[in-house]
Amino acid sequence: MQYVIIFISAAIVNNFVLSYFLGICPFIGVSNKLSSALSMGMATTFVMVITAIVSWLLFNLLLVPYKLEFLEIPSFILVIAALVQFVEMFIKKVSQPIYRALGIFLPLITTNCAILGLALLLVMRDYNFLESIFFGAGAGAGFTLALAIMAGIREELELADVPAPFKGAPITLIVAGLLALAFMGFAGMI
Amino acid sequence: MKKQVSYSREYLKGLWEINPTFKQILGMCPTLAVTVSAINGIAMALATTFVLIFSSIIISMVRKLIPNQVRIAAYIVIVATFVTIVDLVMKAAFPVLSKALGPFIPLIVVNCIILGRAEAFASKNTIFRSFLDALGNGTGFLISLLVLGSIRELLGSGTVLGYAVLPESYDPMIIMILPAGAFLTLGLLMGLANFYTARKERISIEALRQKYMIETEDKQLIEAGA
Repeated sequence: MQYVIIFISAAIVNNFVLSYFLGICPFIGVSNKLSSALSMGMATTFVMVITAIVSWLLFNLLLVPYKLEFLEIPSFILVIAALVQFVEMFIKKVSQPIYRALGIFLPLITTNCAILGLALLLVMRDYNFLESIFFGAGAGAGFTLALAIMAGIREELELADVPAPFKGAPITLIVAGLLALAFMGFAGMI
Repeated sequence: MKKQVSYSREYLKGLWEINPTFKQILGMCPTLAVTVSAINGIAMALATTFVLIFSSIIISMVRKLIPNQVRIAAYIVIVATFVTIVDLVMKAAFPVLSKALGPFIPLIVVNCIILGRAEAFASKNTIFRSFLDALGNGTGFLISLLVLGSIRELLGSGTVLGYAVLPESYDPMIIMILPAGAFLTLGLLMGLANFYTARKERISIEALRQKYMIETEDKQLIEAGA
């Protein structure tokens, strides 16, 4: 049960994008079209789950026993960068269709603060191994959800008569604000 | 050799012309997350500026030594070093502030402003110019965070920098200190900035046209006189 709670909390109640402000750059940049938003969300979720596993192992099996916790930031970011590179190579080798769908988004993920934020948060909150995996999956699901809703709204927004100075990023931010308000309705659910 | 701009220009352009938040739209996550109060915004901007300045200087120093293929990885390691310094210093010296900013101090590593300036400027320019550029962008970031933080704090809690500004009878708008308020305020401010820029451009085009018309009139008068 506690795993389900962690998943739902990360996905909906404390949505990474709309209440923690993690991963705003892809949220604004890649939410033009529903199809690319879904691909980006899937690629991010995939990397998030792997990151949760690897960073938990790295922190608890390497950094803690050797008292190297102060190296947390550089080691996490390097591991994530290497991991993303590796995932990209692996997908390219294994499945061309998946690579074509997710490929161009993978390099962007390295500098997505949601990934590093996930690694830092799961250390901060002392999650155990299984909890970390559910936390990663929930965060990914929440990110995909926010991105997909946003892309759906922006596709409609193309047809709307937005005042010229508000075209692009400003109107996206205002829509995100309204979405964040809507997601507040979930507060107190857990 | 491309034309060199003056040193003061190198600094001043970061304040508005290429302001990280309003013009480059970089570093959105900390901008939105920490501006619940003005003081948090200042702390975040100062921490980011520190990292930005020192990593720009170091990257500019070693720019000819790093092979092109591994430059991004090298930048990230340099940035991560300075972020670790800031993180540990803040934890020791300002534990309350460090707690309020949460994971956003370590997350300076992936702040696109720093990598963006490293890639676009420090990797191509001299040390002093990179320093000025970093300082300018840091100041620009500070200005945006201060404006955003002040507005949200004023409307959300009735204070600015912890001092009560609005009378007791003011009913704080809780939404301003919630995530939704961050998105709305920044969206409106950005729209305002775009509006202002567009108007300024229109005015300068209008001025040019008038100047041209006066010149042609003068010419016609001279020709008529001759």
